[in-house]
Amino acid sequence: MRLEDFLLMRHEMLLTLMVVIVLIMEIFMDDRHKRCIRPWTIGLFAAVTIIGFLPAPTGTLFGGMFQTSGMHLMMKNILNIGALIVFIQAAQWLKLDSNHNKISEFYILILSTLIGMNFMISSGDFLMFYLGLELASIPIAALAAYDTFSNKSSEAGIKFIFSSALSSGIMLYGLSMIYGTTGSVYFDQVGSVYTGTPLQVLAFIFFFAGMAFKISMVPFHLWTADVYEGAPVNVTSYLSVVSKGAAVFIFSIILVTVFRVIAPLWQNVIWVISVLTMTIGNLFAIRQNNIKRFLAFSSISQAGFILLGVIGGSTLGMASVVYYVLVYIFSNLGAFGVVAAISTATGGKENISDYDGLYKTNPGLSWTLTLALFSLAGIPPVAGFFGKFFLFTAVAEQGYYALLTIAVLNTIVSLYYYLLVVKAMFINKSDHPIAYFKSDGFTKLGLAICIAGLVVIGFASPIFEFIKSLSFGL
Amino acid sequence: MDYLTYFIIVPLLTVFGIVLCKNDKQVKWTAVIGMSIQLILAAALVFMYLAERKAGNMAEFLFYHDYMWYPALNIRYTIGVDGISVAMVALTSVIIFTGIFASWEVTNLHKEFFISLILLATGVFGFFICVDLFTMFLFYELAVIPMYLLIGIWGTGPKEYSAMKLTLMLMGGSALLLVGLIGLYFNSAPGGGALTFNLIEISKVQIPMEAQRFLFPMTFVGFGILGALFPLHTWSPDGHSSAPTAVSMLHAGVLLKLGRYGAFRVAMFLMPEAAHELGWIFLILTTISVVYGAFGAIQQKDLKYINAYSSVSHCGLVLFALLMMNKTAMDGAIMQMVSHGIMTALFFALIGMIYGRTHTRIIDEMGGLMRVIPFLGVAYVIAGLASLGLPGFSGFVAEMTIFVGSWQHVDTFHRVATIIACSSIVITAVYILRVIGILLLGPVRFDWYNQLTDARWYEKLSVGFLIVCIAGIGIAPLWLSNMIGDSLVPVVEKLNMISFIR
Repeated sequence: MRLEDFLLMRHEMLLTLMVVIVLIMEIFMDDRHKRCIRPWTIGLFAAVTIIGFLPAPTGTLFGGMFQTSGMHLMMKNILNIGALIVFIQAAQWLKLDSNHNKISEFYILILSTLIGMNFMISSGDFLMFYLGLELASIPIAALAAYDTFSNKSSEAGIKFIFSSALSSGIMLYGLSMIYGTTGSVYFDQVGSVYTGTPLQVLAFIFFFAGMAFKISMVPFHLWTADVYEGAPVNVTSYLSVVSKGAAVFIFSIILVTVFRVIAPLWQNVIWVISVLTMTIGNLFAIRQNNIKRFLAFSSISQAGFILLGVIGGSTLGMASVVYYVLVYIFSNLGAFGVVAAISTATGGKENISDYDGLYKTNPGLSWTLTLALFSLAGIPPVAGFFGKFFLFTAVAEQGYYALLTIAVLNTIVSLYYYLLVVKAMFINKSDHPIAYFKSDGFTKLGLAICIAGLVVIGFASPIFEFIKSLSFGL
Repeated sequence: MDYLTYFIIVPLLTVFGIVLCKNDKQVKWTAVIGMSIQLILAAALVFMYLAERKAGNMAEFLFYHDYMWYPALNIRYTIGVDGISVAMVALTSVIIFTGIFASWEVTNLHKEFFISLILLATGVFGFFICVDLFTMFLFYELAVIPMYLLIGIWGTGPKEYSAMKLTLMLMGGSALLLVGLIGLYFNSAPGGGALTFNLIEISKVQIPMEAQRFLFPMTFVGFGILGALFPLHTWSPDGHSSAPTAVSMLHAGVLLKLGRYGAFRVAMFLMPEAAHELGWIFLILTTISVVYGAFGAIQQKDLKYINAYSSVSHCGLVLFALLMMNKTAMDGAIMQMVSHGIMTALFFALIGMIYGRTHTRIIDEMGGLMRVIPFLGVAYVIAGLASLGLPGFSGFVAEMTIFVGSWQHVDTFHRVATIIACSSIVITAVYILRVIGILLLGPVRFDWYNQLTDARWYEKLSVGFLIVCIAGIGIAPLWLSNMIGDSLVPVVEKLNMISFIR
C-alpha cells in the first residue's frame, strides 16, 4: 500500500482535519472571541465541500474494507452540501447567549457524525459499516440534548440513544447471523455465498429492521416525532435530512450488492413498508400543530417516497433516490431554515397557528417556506416535482403500477397538509401575528442557497444526467 | 428563439416586471401591456397558421421545435401547434386580456394577485403549445397551484373551503394523470427502441390493449376531473362561485377546456381502441352531466352558481360530442370549447361587475337592473342569448354542429343519448330567461339602485371585446371550423381505422 492510496479517503481525512482545527480554535480562543469560530468553521467547511467535488481517484483500501467510486463520492458530496447549509442556518442560533459556551461542540459533533456517515457509505464490509453507523448516531444523541436547560431536549437525547441502541443491537444480531452462515463480513464475499437460506433471510430481516429505525420507516418510526420535537430546530433539520439521507444511501447500496439473490423478497417487504410509511406518515402529519412534529411526520412520509426508488434496485432507481435526496436536502432545509429563523427570533414559537398572518409581516420568509413546502409536495416548477417524477418513473419501470397509484394518491394527502401551512401564512388572519424581524446575514444566505437550489436543480438536467451516469443496480 | 416559446416568455417577463413595480397603477399597466403583447402574438399566430396551411404545409403540427431536456429518460421540450391548439391559445389570450381589465378593482395585495393570475395563464399557454407529455404535465400542475392562493386570498364566501376542495380534487386528477402518462411512456415502444413522451411518436405506435384498458380510464378521468366530468364535478360550482372574477373567467373559460383538450389529445388520440371499447361508460356520464348541470342551474339562486352549473352542462356537451367520435361532432366540440369559453368568461365578468355594484349575487334580492345599469344589462342579455344558442352567436354554430354530428350514429344507444342531451337546450332557455326576467326587468328593486353607475371604461373594454368575439365567431364561423377541421382529420382517421378493422 502506498501513501497516495490514502487519497481515496480524502473526504474523511479532510473532515477529521476540520474537527481538529475546530478543537484547536476552541482551546486557544478566549471567551470573548468564541463567536468568531462560526464564520471560520463555515468558511473552512465550504472549502472542504468544494474540494470534495474535484476529481478523485477511486478504488478499494484495507483489503476491501473501504471502497469508493464515483457514486460514493457523489453521495458524500451531497451530504456535505446538506451539512454546510445546516452550519450556515445554525449560525444565528449559535450566537444566542445560552449557546455561547458550546459553539464548537455543535460543529465538532456534527462533523464527527459526518465522518461516520462517510465511512458508512464507503464501507466494503459489515464491520466498517457498523462502525460508521455508530459514529454517525451516537453524537446525534448529544446534539439532540444540546439545550441543556430544556427538559424536552434531554428527553429527546435519551429517547434517541435508547432507540438507536436497540436498533443497533437488532442489526448486530442480524450481522452475526450473516457472518455465521456465510463465514465472511465482506460485502462481495457475502454477496457471492449468500443463497437465501431461512437463517440468512432472518439475518436480512434483522438488518432491515435496524436500517428501518435509522430511516424511520413505519412501524419503526415511533421515536421520530418526539426526538424531532424535543431537539433544537437546527439539530432536527440535520437529523431529518443528512442523517436520513446517509442511511438511505448505504441501504440501497447494500440491498443491490449483498442481498441481490433475495431481491424478490426484499422488494415485497419494501412494497408493504413503503405504503405503510407514506400513508401513516401522511395521516399523522395532518393532525399536528407543532411545526417540528409536523415536519417529522412529513419526513416519515418522504422516506416512504424515497423507498419507491429503492424498490426496483435498478440504475434509474438509484439515480432517482440520490437525486431526490439532493432535492430533499434543499426543500427540507428550506422549510427548517424558516422554522429556525422564526423560532430564534421569537423565542420558541413553533406552532402552526403562530404562523397565522405571517405573510403580512414577513413576506420573504413566507414565500421561502411556501416554495420549500411545494417542493416537498412535488409541485412544479420547484425541484421536488422533478424528484418525485423520477421516483415514480423508477417504480413504474419495474411494473409496480399499484404501488405507483397508492403513491400518487398519497401526494394529494401530503399536499393537503402542506397547504394548511400555506393557508395559515397567507389566508388566516391573526390579531397577534409574528412581528416583522430582521434575520442576520447567515440565515439569509442559508435560505438563499435553498431557494437557488430548489429553482435550479430541476431545470438543470445535467445534474440528474451526471448522477444517472454514476449509478448502478442489480 | 422559436415563435411559440414567446407564449411562455412574455408572461414570465410580465411577472418579473410586476415584481419590480412600485404601486398599484404600475402593476396593472404592466399586466395590461404584457397581456396585450400576448394577445397580439396570438392573433399573429392565427394568421401565420392559416397562411402556412394555405401555402400547403400539411404537417400535423406546425412551428414544431424539439429540444432535448433529460436525455436519460428522453424527456424533451417539444412544442408545436395544430389548428385546435391555435384556437385554444387564441381563446386563452382573449380571456386573460379581458380578465386583467375585469380585475381592475382588486382591493388588496395587487402585486400578488396579478403575479398569480399571470402564472396561472403561463401554465395554460404552456400546456397548449407542448407536444411532450412530461412538459404538458408540468405546465398543467403549474396552472393548478396559483388557483389555491387566488381563491383562498381574494375569493368570496366560503373561500378557504372552496379553494382547498378545488386544489385537492384537481391535484387528484393530476395524480391519476401522472400514472397514465408514465404508463404511456413505458408502453411507447412495444417493439423495442427508445421510450418517448412525445405525443406524435406515441400516436404512431399501437399500445398494447391490456395497457390501454388500464391507462385510458386513468388519463381520461384525470383530465375529466379538470373538465368537470360528472360525478367528479363538485369542485366546480364551489370553486367558481368563490373565486374572484378574473379567476372564474379563466377557470370556466379556459381550464375546463384544458381538461377536455387533454382528454381528447392524450386519452382518445393515443388510445383509440380503448376509447371505442370504454367510450360508452363516459358517454353515459357526460349525458348525465349535460342534463344534470342544466337542472342544477335552474335550482340555484346565486348568479355564480347558476353559471357554474351551466358550465358543467355546456362543457359536458363538449365531451359528449368528442365521444361521438365522428368528424362533424368533434368539429362542433372544439367550436363549443371556444364559444363557451368566451361566453362563460363574459358571464362571469358581468356577474363580477354586477356584484361589485349591488353587493349580492342572489337573484331574488335584485331586480330592474336594466334601467339603472343599461350597458351591463344589455351585455347580460347578449351573453344569455348566446348561451341558449341563438343563431348569429357562436353558441348556435357549435351546438348545431354537435347535434348534427351525433345524430349520424344510427344505433339506439347513441340516439337516446343524443335526444336526452338535446333536451338541455330547452332547460338552458328556462334558466337563462328566468334570470334575465328577475334580474334585469321589472321595477327597480331598491331606491339606492338609482345611484348605481354604469360600466366604467375598463369594464366596457372587457365586456365589449368579448361580445365582439362571440358575434364574430357566430357570423363568420367558417375560418375557425376549417382550421379545426383540418387538424381533426388525423384524429378521426385514427379513431375510425379501428372501427373498420372490427
